[in-house]
Amino acid sequence: MSERKVESTELRVERRAGDSAVSQLSTNNSQPVSPGGRAWRRFKQNRGAVLSAWYLGFLLVVILAWPVLLQVSGGDFARRHNPDQLSDGQFAPPTAQHWFGTDVHGRDVFSRTLFGAQISLLVGVIGAGVSLVIGVLWGAVAGYVGGRADSFLMRLVDILYSLPSIIFVIVLITTVGEMLKQTHLVRQSPAVEGALRVVLLFVGLGAVSWLTMARIVRGQVLSLRSRAFVEASRTLGAGTPHILFRHIIPNIFGVAITYVALTMPAIILYESFLSYLGLGVQPPMASWGTLIAEGVGQINPIRIYWWLIVFPGGVLVTTLLALNFLGDGLRDAWDVKGK
Amino acid sequence: MYFVRRILFAIPLLLIISALAFALVHLAPGGPFDSERKPASPEIERNLQAKYHLDEPIWKQYGRYLGDLLHGDFGVSLKYRNHNVNDLIAQGLPVSMTLGGLAFAFALGVGLPLGFITAARRGRWPDQVGSFFAVLAVCVPSFVVAPALILIFAMKLKWFPVALWESPWHMVLPAVALGSYFIGKVARILREGMLTAAQSEFVTAARAKGLGETALLFKHAFRIALLPVVSYSGPMLADLLTGSFIVENIFQIPGIGVFLVNSSLNRDYTVVVGLSLLYALLLIALNLAVDFAYTWLDPRVKYE
Amino acid sequence: MFFSRRARRIFLRARFLFCLPLLGLIFGCSRHEPPADLTIINNVEPESLDPAIIVAQADMRVVSGMFEGLTRLEPVAARAVPGLAARWDISADKKIYTFHLRTNLLWSTGEPITSADVVYSWRRALDPQTASRYAGQLYYLKNAEAYNTGQITNAALVGVSAPDAFTVRAELKSPTAFFLDLCAFPTLAVVPRQTIEKYGDHWLMARPLPVSGAYELAAWRLNDKIRLRKNPRYWDAANTQSELIDILPVGSPNTALNLYERGQVDIVWDKELIPSELMDVLLQRPDFHSFTYLGTYFFRFNVTRKPFDDPRVRRALALAVDKERLVKKITKAGEVPTSHFVPPGTANYQSPAGLTYDPERARKLLAAAGYPGGKGFPRFEYLFNAAAGGGGKIHENIAIELQQMWHDELGIQMDLRQVETQVFWGMQSRLDYQLTRSSWIGDYNDANTFLGMFVTGDGNNETGWSNPHYDALIHAANEETDIANRENLFQQAETILVHDELPIVPLYIYVGINYFDTNKISGIWENVLDQHPLSSIRKKIKN
Repeated sequence: MSERKVESTELRVERRAGDSAVSQLSTNNSQPVSPGGRAWRRFKQNRGAVLSAWYLGFLLVVILAWPVLLQVSGGDFARRHNPDQLSDGQFAPPTAQHWFGTDVHGRDVFSRTLFGAQISLLVGVIGAGVSLVIGVLWGAVAGYVGGRADSFLMRLVDILYSLPSIIFVIVLITTVGEMLKQTHLVRQSPAVEGALRVVLLFVGLGAVSWLTMARIVRGQVLSLRSRAFVEASRTLGAGTPHILFRHIIPNIFGVAITYVALTMPAIILYESFLSYLGLGVQPPMASWGTLIAEGVGQINPIRIYWWLIVFPGGVLVTTLLALNFLGDGLRDAWDVKGK
Repeated sequence: MYFVRRILFAIPLLLIISALAFALVHLAPGGPFDSERKPASPEIERNLQAKYHLDEPIWKQYGRYLGDLLHGDFGVSLKYRNHNVNDLIAQGLPVSMTLGGLAFAFALGVGLPLGFITAARRGRWPDQVGSFFAVLAVCVPSFVVAPALILIFAMKLKWFPVALWESPWHMVLPAVALGSYFIGKVARILREGMLTAAQSEFVTAARAKGLGETALLFKHAFRIALLPVVSYSGPMLADLLTGSFIVENIFQIPGIGVFLVNSSLNRDYTVVVGLSLLYALLLIALNLAVDFAYTWLDPRVKYE
Repeated sequence: MFFSRRARRIFLRARFLFCLPLLGLIFGCSRHEPPADLTIINNVEPESLDPAIIVAQADMRVVSGMFEGLTRLEPVAARAVPGLAARWDISADKKIYTFHLRTNLLWSTGEPITSADVVYSWRRALDPQTASRYAGQLYYLKNAEAYNTGQITNAALVGVSAPDAFTVRAELKSPTAFFLDLCAFPTLAVVPRQTIEKYGDHWLMARPLPVSGAYELAAWRLNDKIRLRKNPRYWDAANTQSELIDILPVGSPNTALNLYERGQVDIVWDKELIPSELMDVLLQRPDFHSFTYLGTYFFRFNVTRKPFDDPRVRRALALAVDKERLVKKITKAGEVPTSHFVPPGTANYQSPAGLTYDPERARKLLAAAGYPGGKGFPRFEYLFNAAAGGGGKIHENIAIELQQMWHDELGIQMDLRQVETQVFWGMQSRLDYQLTRSSWIGDYNDANTFLGMFVTGDGNNETGWSNPHYDALIHAANEETDIANRENLFQQAETILVHDELPIVPLYIYVGINYFDTNKISGIWENVLDQHPLSSIRKKIKN
């Protein structure tokens, strides 16, 4: 979050980096001494994190298997559960026919939730990935090169931190989206146009989330660069890119990965906020954000179609919980002193 | 000296931000005067554009804007043409700050004890339950929390008004809805900070001296762990101020969060740039205040 | 240790200090105002309260309470009755209207209102500098269009003048049957010259603000409320029913419903403010009133782009829409599916029949146009705007249904294109679309407000459609003084519009919905213009 936190994580990372150098020298141990092995053991002890990992894995399997199942089964089952299939049975409560009920158009909510999961998770993963790549590169270069370049790069981060990101994202999505829509490629193929919005979303959301990552990475790199093994490498004649990629970046891997796991929920939430504003994925595609925005409109004192908000909302919250626990677990696992 | 330099640095920073916001919002397709009823002739459209100098090249418009800005004039809203941006800010900012302040107090008031308890009773059931709720708070979007709160506490139980902003009773539900996300964050940051502090050398020394565990944690670990909470307060307050859009929208509260988002959607250029600048100013000021408080609280930290 | 004792003390003290300003803020910010007699939710915040520049219907509801014109609309049937003018004479050729103002008219600040003010107001609305988007309402005056478009610069040439302090003379280009209704329209309302000349564009910020209508502006806080107070100097102040009215700008149907259920507001009047999912339950209740309304929901074709330049294709798409299903499944307010454009209830007019649901014929037409079974028909887009922040998703829902209907009946593939509202208006006027959702609400009670816009080159046409025969019929109708002939000419024009050429496809007629308790509120009647003068509304049981 802030530069202050960097100090405490710094201390922890120092030890780990040193350990990795040591372990590279001693190859004859039978016990898993590598930081990776130790981290894995610690991780396994964290019940919450393990449970979350299992849940996420299960979710992933279901999400990937469902479209295949629909293709394979065919007939009435497939038609009923087609997420875009309108029917006259609107606002039906959960039944054997429709496990999560139907929405205003009579579409199956269960299927829409699963298909929406694809989009939301995709946006989350790639968005976090984008922020990872930009953040790591930015922070690593700034921290390692230091001096004026560092100053310049971090000042840029400060500027971007001060911009209200909501405006930036709205404008990015509409401006770039509209500009790209005018291009020939997009006009030809509507599938490309649909995909375009999703791509824009995760690029845009990732682009506003990398700032914290860059700051954290820079802090790590600053401490790493004065470590003995880096000095040694430099004495041996290694060039800057080599040091960056072979030594620095692998050692911040742990921190980076945990922050990815913790950034994903934020990005998914942000996407749902944009969908609430009507700027998320475009109909008839669905994401959790659009489903929940639809469902929230149903909360009133007279009659609530509760399945429209409970199911998509429940799945969203559970997944975000799982991601958070997983991220915490990873963070604790990589730490020597942690939990 | 460091702080003076940062204050001085803020000025070109604000300038860059204004230019960036200006450019971005003008780039977006659609204009402020596009509407359902088209004027009877294109002449009128042109006159309207000319009146607000929207037909001039963008660098010229920006220069004009800067000139006005130096006089403290943020311009006229292009959507609400009888109101200055200054008026919008004067009306909306106190409301948003009150709401944000209350949510902040609520977040700290519940988050700090929660974080403390989960750290103090680490591994046992208060930690597990408390941590779970802290994480849960961070996972539920505010536009789900707010209608749920309204349904339960305003419509069914009738304890609070449904919407609007007229009395202290009106402020409770919005503050809770807004602050709920941050309870989770504050609790987690405090917990982590306390656990780290609990392992550090001087706390071990104090433990060796024979102090009881809870008192120990409270007297020493808590204070150290507050530091990351303090530094998170800066961005948190800023997020509260602007992320309040959803809550302000649902509860119909006349704050600036609604203006910020609506002006982007309305392509109300002057309001967008004005509010961006305001937000940037607040954020810079808050970060500065937080850093200042930090040096004050922890003399170890030095800025060069 | 880590903290010096001084710092620790300061820190502890600071913690308590923090609470004090917070408390101060809480109690300082609560308002101490007397409660209003009437609280009304009026849909979103008005863009302005300047009668000359407002465009939205919600804005007009507030402005009509503040600034009056020569005529005003009476509350029961929204017909034009004497307002600032006590009576009028119309010349034999129906081109010259002589209005006689009341002699006791005063601004709320005390100055007399004279005919010079009326002339000033109309000229101001036509002034190119004012850039009024509704200046077209005044184009029926002689030379008005020329002045507004800058072809002439002498405002005195426009057909309105003040022969003496209490007489206004209006010269029309040609006989206009609805001119008296137009005089009640906000763009023609009388505004205070003295204040405008003094303050320019910020004249609405002047306090006290002189008004010519039933209510003065007591407070105006953006996104919060507009508070109106009875104007004692209004000529009909004796009949103004409520002393203080609060107008709340709420855009979300759920919030409006909640506020109403809790009794925090008395009236909600805007058809967009009723949650469509609850429509069937709510319309059973006695306090929810629905009524026919002069508004049509339709979609436009961009006739300049293939394949929609072929009227057979357009007719085919029109015939394949099951409007009944849209109304029953999506909108649910009891709207009437329609095959013609001008709503029923329009004065002196009965619409001719258009095209009814006939998918078989649609398929034949599509085949005749060269796309049998939809083969070879290009994918096309339906443009609509996003509803930000939960304001209702009717457009999207209708689009999805249309997509399915055309796919199932005709075998053609439509894509949805959702854009932001501001972008939407721009794309529509630039003809940057293929199909676009549209709606139109009548400005006054006459067929011309609906049919006139599809004349070649009209700013609100936005289809690229041009039919000289249609133009001729509309012009002739507007010159016609005989009511029956006029109706006939309009009917012929409408037949071209909705039966032959179909640059648009009407879907349903809007139903206006208000909710208020008739046991408590009096003075609101349902009429086709959904116009309810504020001055006649009264709350019988006070809080």
